Amino acid sequence: MALTRREFLKWSGTAGAAAAAMCLGFDLRPVKSYAAGLQILEAKETTTICPYCGVGCGLIVHTKTSGKLLNAEGDPDHPINEGALCAKGAALYQMTENKNRKRFPLYRAPESDEWEEIEWEDAIQKIAEKIKETRDATFTETNDKGQVVNRTTGIAHVGSAALDNEECWLLQGIMRALGLVYIEHQARI
Amino acid sequence: MTNHWIDIRNSDCILIMGSNAAENHPISMKWVGKAMDKGATLISVDPRFTRTSSKADIYTALRSGTDIPFLGGMMNYILSNNKFHKEYAANYTNASFIVGSKFDFKDGLFSGYDPKAKKYDKSQWAFEKDGNGVPKRDLELKDPRCVFQLMKQHYSRYTPKTVSAITGTSEADLKKVWETYAETGAVDKTGTIMYAMGWTQHTVGVQNIRMMAMIQLMLGNMGRPGGGVNALRGESNVQGSTDHCLLFHIWPGYLGTPGASLVTLADYNAKNTPKTNDPLSANWWQNKPKYMASFLKAMFGEAATKENDFGYPWMPKIDDGKTYTWLDIFDDMYKGNFKGFFAWGQNPACSGANSNKTRQALAKLDWMVNVNIFDNETASFWKGPGMKPGEIKTEVFFLPCLTSVEKEGSITNSGRWMQWRYAAAKPPRGPKGDGDIMVELFEKVRTLYEGDGKFPEPIKNLRWDYVKDGKYDPHAIAKLINGYFEQDVTIKDKSFKKGTLVPSFAFLLDDGSTSSGNWLYCNSYTENGNMAARREKKDPTGMGLYPEWSWCWPVNRRIIYNRAAVDLNGKPWSPNKNILEYKDGKWIGDVPDGGWPPMSDQAKTKRPFIMKPDGVASVFGPGRVDGPFPEHYEPLECPVPKNLMSSQRINPVAPIYGTEADAHFSCDPRFPFVGTTYRVTEHWQTGILTRWQPWLLELQPQLFVEMSNELGKLKGINNGDMCKVSSARGEVEAVAIVTGRFKPFKVQGTTVHQVGLPWCFGWIYPKDGGDSANLLTPSTGDPNTRIPETKAFMVNVDKLGKRRA
Repeated sequence: MALTRREFLKWSGTAGAAAAAMCLGFDLRPVKSYAAGLQILEAKETTTICPYCGVGCGLIVHTKTSGKLLNAEGDPDHPINEGALCAKGAALYQMTENKNRKRFPLYRAPESDEWEEIEWEDAIQKIAEKIKETRDATFTETNDKGQVVNRTTGIAHVGSAALDNEECWLLQGIMRALGLVYIEHQARI
Repeated sequence: MTNHWIDIRNSDCILIMGSNAAENHPISMKWVGKAMDKGATLISVDPRFTRTSSKADIYTALRSGTDIPFLGGMMNYILSNNKFHKEYAANYTNASFIVGSKFDFKDGLFSGYDPKAKKYDKSQWAFEKDGNGVPKRDLELKDPRCVFQLMKQHYSRYTPKTVSAITGTSEADLKKVWETYAETGAVDKTGTIMYAMGWTQHTVGVQNIRMMAMIQLMLGNMGRPGGGVNALRGESNVQGSTDHCLLFHIWPGYLGTPGASLVTLADYNAKNTPKTNDPLSANWWQNKPKYMASFLKAMFGEAATKENDFGYPWMPKIDDGKTYTWLDIFDDMYKGNFKGFFAWGQNPACSGANSNKTRQALAKLDWMVNVNIFDNETASFWKGPGMKPGEIKTEVFFLPCLTSVEKEGSITNSGRWMQWRYAAAKPPRGPKGDGDIMVELFEKVRTLYEGDGKFPEPIKNLRWDYVKDGKYDPHAIAKLINGYFEQDVTIKDKSFKKGTLVPSFAFLLDDGSTSSGNWLYCNSYTENGNMAARREKKDPTGMGLYPEWSWCWPVNRRIIYNRAAVDLNGKPWSPNKNILEYKDGKWIGDVPDGGWPPMSDQAKTKRPFIMKPDGVASVFGPGRVDGPFPEHYEPLECPVPKNLMSSQRINPVAPIYGTEADAHFSCDPRFPFVGTTYRVTEHWQTGILTRWQPWLLELQPQLFVEMSNELGKLKGINNGDMCKVSSARGEVEAVAIVTGRFKPFKVQGTTVHQVGLPWCFGWIYPKDGGDSANLLTPSTGDPNTRIPETKAFMVNVDKLGKRRA
């Protein structure tokens, strides 16, 4: 008898759980009573794909109603990993629930030996000004041969294979609209 | 991957070489295991006995940087023992093509070499053509100037004895691997290759892979279930980020970046659209002008018109023939040629070759922006080892971003599956999604350009209707990547309304009436919905294609080149591996690589390799900058005084950089041992996402260097001792692992030792965990791609003392 995980849960979660359990050939009652004590019982399940290597394993992420991440585990329905994960994937929740994460933008002034926290608005304003100043100062309409190139070689960009497809597309669009030609990322190394 | 992860289970023989899949792509081994359960053989070839090797039926070692001799010898074995799939090779590859009289090969150099420019004139490698301009063929493969005969001659030099003297692999082991893998040349058998950076990170990286691709073609393994050439991608979306071309040389969908000589879109199309006179060639790239126009419409929207060449003049151009790669960026930056720099979701201070050069280069910038989840060696380079913050002028902005479970969007895995992810967890106060950072930053720049500013047109005209109220919307961009009808259109008797999504790239046009951010992804988000989010687990062929689970480019074709999976009559070469079959006038199974009937219908058919102008796969590759046949050259830094194959010791066209930070030495007693780098399961790339996680850090807390028992004895190093590993460019401190997993090699009659280090550590965290192994690696690379040569270089190892407590 072939059951997907979801069908299995539907079966075992119905009022006729005991009957269903008998059909399945084993007794689910102890498992259910244990599960009742787990904090993922009321949690919301969301599917995701592992952010590490290129295998693309599926995971199920459990979150509290507050949105706090409780757990991440292999998605048994996913045809590639069928619930299995490596050490990194199995530890996934620790990337998000991690006290070492940086919370606010940081700025390091020239010749300074320390970071200082700055507001997002200030960071965005300052970076935008830097972009414009550098672009305007280094913009090249024509190259040595007199050919039209409309580019800036004063700014380079690298990254990132860790971004989503939509972000990658947007980022290449922005960088090319700014006139960058030095655009590279992980695929080159 | 030409195939995909689950398809590995359909293989009869799996060669894992240039990859340690069990360590770095652990779940792939699930499918290797399933193939082995059905009787498949697993071969592991690696300088070190790895976790993958421990699962293999056959394991053997080779010295880093000698894959071409190893595989060239396999090609010699296949051709001289008639182990190849003749019908496949003759009909589906260019093995039958006649090569022009100017092509020649002498003592390690192909014809057309200009020693001054260190460049080849590739026109000397052209095929001979008939009166209609179609390459001449000898389907019997007997003409002495046909590719097959030239190839046979070329690889006849790679005898077991010579190969063994280069690679350090015993002749008996070589023969065992060659014989076992060559069995997949039987018509009903398939073999697959799983490779990764162990093949790409060399001065002969592209040719390593070409060598294997040629073997796969001669054995008839391409396009078939359980076959293919399968690059194991190391990042969750490095396939997608490459498809969307965060790379200097291509625009989304692999459209070559225009050189400055191509002034108009018409110039571009004339130069870059391949042509064929062969009526049997589909020459799919003939559609390139449609994809270009649709891309530009996605870039500039309504501002892109026929009259202004769809905004083509607004796009930045590169100088013809110049490269702007990663290695070039850091070389230029080291010389002080950049003012500003973005390191977005990347940690170049540890990840690229020659980290000291990279770190020094960052100190020469005016400003830098780093976007990441955690602090890292790039953002904080100014307080790293040996840096004097008081003397470093670089202004640095660090922008904290969200994790993958806090935002929504898609990623594309190694098997080209585009899979949708959802925002599951509520983001903490502070960090922002990368997409939102991009939107806010660009909107601010655009505001600044409302006043004065140089060449504001591309900034003002960048299409932005996918942003609403300053908010990033992944669905809106995913739809634009797929593409819209920009006006009411009737194509092939079908009518489409303006503003609706294009069903597939077959409907894209070159007149501005369609947009598509990336033609390869056209069909991924249609009027039927978001294909990447699908979770229907049907498997109609029983071969593990799962066509309704997520979506796969191109047009949901799960195995590319799949019309080579069938014989000339459209029947599967292996009846028990049926992914595609021509029956009753139509194709059943996977989405076929074009709907034309099979080759036996000469009036209506097209050849199976539709992306190639000749319609067949290239055993002979005249497009590569370093020769049409792979040839062995030693790494830039090597332990041998000469190349046994020719008097060219290194790849004659490899890029060599000339700053004082680029020192390199071969056969130098100061650096007597071969070094290589690799990864561990517990850390990811530079470790920047994993070193900050307690479980993973506890599992792998610090840098180590692995060496053989023999080398340990020679240098008085015991397991657990602290060592200094040094190269011409830098040094690191590491804990010694003295192990039987490495063995000394017998190369050219002498003993060569090799050591290896993981590159997942860095000075910022944990304290005393060691620094990046890329402090040792050289900034040279493959001449085609300029991927750095970080897998073969020369080092020394010295004992520092007992391991710290």
